[in-house]
Amino acid sequence: MKYLIQGGRVIDPANHIDKTADILIEGKKIVAIDENLSADDAKVIPAKGKVVVPGLIDMHVHFREPGQEAKEDFVSGTHAAAAGGFTTVATMPNTRPVVDDAALVRSLQKRAEDEGVVHVKIIGALTKGQEGKELAEVGDMAQAGAVAFSDDGHYVQNAKVLLNGFDYLRSFDKIIISHDEETALVEEGSMNECHRSAMLGLKGRPTVAEDIAVMRDIMLAEYAGARLHIAHISSARAVELVRQAKKRGVRVTAEATPHHLTMTDECVDLMDSATKVNPPLRGHADIKAVLAGLKDGTIDAIVTDHSPHAEEEKDKEYRLAPSGFPGLETSVGVLLTDLYHTGKIELPLLISKMTAEPARIFDLTDAGTLSVGCPADITILDTEQEWTVDASRFYTRGTHSPFAGRTLKGRAVLTMVEGRIVMQDGKIVG
Amino acid sequence: MAKNPVSLRGKHILGLEDFSREEIELVLETAKEMKSVIHRDIKKVPTLRGKSIVTLFYEPSTRTRSSFETAGKYLGADVVNITAGTSSIVKGESLRDTLLTVEAMGFDAIVMRHKEEGAAAYATKVVGHPVIVNAGDGAHAHPSQGLLNLFTLLQHKGHLEGLKVAILGDILHSRVARSDIWGMRRMGIEVHLAGPGTMLPRFLSKEPGIFVHERVEDAIKDADAINVLRIQMERQKAGLFPSRREYARIYGINRDRLSLAKKDVLILHPGPMNKGLEISPEVAYGDHSAIQEQVQNGVAVRMALLTLVLMGGKAQ
Repeated sequence: MKYLIQGGRVIDPANHIDKTADILIEGKKIVAIDENLSADDAKVIPAKGKVVVPGLIDMHVHFREPGQEAKEDFVSGTHAAAAGGFTTVATMPNTRPVVDDAALVRSLQKRAEDEGVVHVKIIGALTKGQEGKELAEVGDMAQAGAVAFSDDGHYVQNAKVLLNGFDYLRSFDKIIISHDEETALVEEGSMNECHRSAMLGLKGRPTVAEDIAVMRDIMLAEYAGARLHIAHISSARAVELVRQAKKRGVRVTAEATPHHLTMTDECVDLMDSATKVNPPLRGHADIKAVLAGLKDGTIDAIVTDHSPHAEEEKDKEYRLAPSGFPGLETSVGVLLTDLYHTGKIELPLLISKMTAEPARIFDLTDAGTLSVGCPADITILDTEQEWTVDASRFYTRGTHSPFAGRTLKGRAVLTMVEGRIVMQDGKIVG
Repeated sequence: MAKNPVSLRGKHILGLEDFSREEIELVLETAKEMKSVIHRDIKKVPTLRGKSIVTLFYEPSTRTRSSFETAGKYLGADVVNITAGTSSIVKGESLRDTLLTVEAMGFDAIVMRHKEEGAAAYATKVVGHPVIVNAGDGAHAHPSQGLLNLFTLLQHKGHLEGLKVAILGDILHSRVARSDIWGMRRMGIEVHLAGPGTMLPRFLSKEPGIFVHERVEDAIKDADAINVLRIQMERQKAGLFPSRREYARIYGINRDRLSLAKKDVLILHPGPMNKGLEISPEVAYGDHSAIQEQVQNGVAVRMALLTLVLMGGKAQ
């Protein structure tokens, strides 16, 4: 099959391209990218007035398989990804059982291949059972294809265990992704510690819990000379710690989520557990600092931390409800509406944080670019289309989006994976 | 007095943050009439005859539950009590399903106590017909206690605007303190909070009219009233204060400390008291204490609340 994507604004940050151009796809690959291309036998995809970008990458999602398929599985998860414009995602290992050996990595890769409509990379657990006590077989998992290692959802409390992880993984050149919130300071906390938590009587998860965890992990990575990636950074001081570390040459990278870039703790409402997430929604100064960090390169990538839960699990008293919400289908809309249309960030920079940058961090050589010869993973965005978030129409099984009911401006209108259209106008096809 | 134009009919009572000054005044005016009912020889009025009320308590409580029950019965309503230990709740029934079950039985009001903040607010999303009356949700709110504290203050001082009230102890975990703060600020009372630093929430003093002190003496200086909060024993195990002895000595309210306040200072305590810990017996039973009176005022205020939300009107 041949496709010609015609007349769109092509933004390919990996190749410093931002111009009106056509893209010719043959089979699974991009074969040409230039102005005024023609191919008589190609099916034309008109893209005038639209933005054509490398297929988006989200290196932090929870697909809940195996063990919690009522929340999500590889079918619903990859459909949600395609619907949101993502062509590559990486799943976190906090499943039941935890993904902590090579056999599980291989079986999930097979499941993704058989059932998934987008590329799925597997992140392995750093420690056995994510218990933070002894290293999982990370070498085995790395050789089986795991792209990174993380005890996401948990802070690795024992500093020696994390240091062992850094030292051991150095020779495999794989990164450790840290969920940085010092456990003792956040136990039982359900929202940012702030004026609103004080008035609601909800126990807080203070920013200092994140700050000291980020500081410790940076110091350990620096000491070991190893690679550290800070998951979902949310506090102003933590952003500054990463900034200073990068200046010193520490091999640290960081990611931020759409919600930590756009929502504050003032959104927390006891009636609706949708806003409950870890780390929690922070204050105004924090979201400003996270955005500044994103723009100056301190924060490398945007991820959704897509964390679906079943309706009946999330439909609870605020403190009892599980943390997290789905993000794949709202990410582009929220970012375009709140950051691009408000003039806070330029489109090419925003796109690079969702394509070239995550590909660089995770050493994905065949994703995040529109280079000729690369797999035709391509997303077309309509930055002007207005739509209203309706959680009942999500592909994900997750409900309770904090963005539900919002009218957003901009969305992905076509997702192509290896030359095959998997989503068009919001619908999964093929 | 001009008739108060506001109505609370059908209003869920979740927290005093949702109350306007006029609404609080209406409750206090109505409570005054209700208090006279309690003093009658025959304490039964037909105001809520034919109405049914359920108390749904997920946490142990003596005075709040029996206070609501008594209030409902004095008004002629049918009152049923459900407590967590003796119901399907122990079989793992979710809050949603328990609420739906109770609603299906036709109750007009659900008075609920729950250990989670926001449980009552959540309940309003679940049920259609019954009015939800929050009798305490975690550390969030205890609106009827806040109202009875205001009522007790009003009865003694004759006015509320401009009073200075100290609230002492475990502010961090106290729903009473939060309801006091909202209610008192709405009525123009200056609120001074004090307790060990481990029991004071950060970021509270951002509100105008709220002052946070780490020394009890600073909070009670020239106070018109002092609300002494109950200290829960498990807080010591959690490391929030070193010992009972030290707490009593440094933060407890006793006759010496009382002399710093105004001469006619009023002592409140939500109960049950730990005498010799947060409050000394001579203060608890002394001339300044309104602690027993609070219990009676609690019934009057709850009669007022139930009447206002179920009937909109006043006692007959």
